[in-house]
Amino acid sequence: MLSCKQAARLMSDAHDRPLSLKERLQLHLLYCLGCRRYQRQLRFLGQLCRQIGFSHFSRDD
Amino acid sequence: MTPSPAPLDDRFIADIRRDMLRFAQLQLRDASLAEDAVQEALAAAFAGQQQFAGRAALKTWVFSILRNKVVDLIRQQVRTINLSALSDDDRSLDETIEALFDEGGHWQAESRPNQWGDPQSALHTQHFLQVLDICLNRLPENTARIFMMREMLELESEEICRTLAISSNLVHVTLHRARQGLRRCLESQWLSPGEVPC
Repeated sequence: MLSCKQAARLMSDAHDRPLSLKERLQLHLLYCLGCRRYQRQLRFLGQLCRQIGFSHFSRDD
Repeated sequence: MTPSPAPLDDRFIADIRRDMLRFAQLQLRDASLAEDAVQEALAAAFAGQQQFAGRAALKTWVFSILRNKVVDLIRQQVRTINLSALSDDDRSLDETIEALFDEGGHWQAESRPNQWGDPQSALHTQHFLQVLDICLNRLPENTARIFMMREMLELESEEICRTLAISSNLVHVTLHRARQGLRRCLESQWLSPGEVPC
């Protein structure tokens, strides 16, 4: 069983590499509200960063 | 597709230069370094403009030249520091992160992530970009640089490993440390926006 600490690291890694423990993470997220919030927060952080990221700036609009 | 000459008029150059400066300053946090990088990237663009079919292609190309220059400059900035050794700032951030969890590795009651309401509606506001900037400045220097290489310069983590000659595990640990630090900082700024100093 994954702990929240391990799950948090995996949720971060998921932004950077393909996960091999995806299923175990999904199972943890099913019953852990804190980690589901953490996952949403990391997604939001990623979206926020993209607003000042390379793709955003190099687009011609 | 018929290639047409790229319209490098003054207005276009002025617009693109402004965007380039903003991008370079965000990444380098040094106005004169940013100015030099932009100048060099534009010079390279002028040299090669006839190869491009329109503004969009040109803009993408100029920005990829700029990105390469920025990555080079960051590599030089980072090279002076032993990346594998933790700085005091890193150690203190690590301790803070450790303390979020109990002995079994579960969130402590008081540090469990909060519900952030509807951040999507606030995503495009200037306020949030300011908060992000404040929070990035609070991260240990190299932690922030590696995070920005990943999320803003949009390098793959393997490119970061190669560029900085560090292990992929160190890159992933550092990115996680950065995300924990940033989301905690955003959360505290979110819950008490009165504390935002600008």
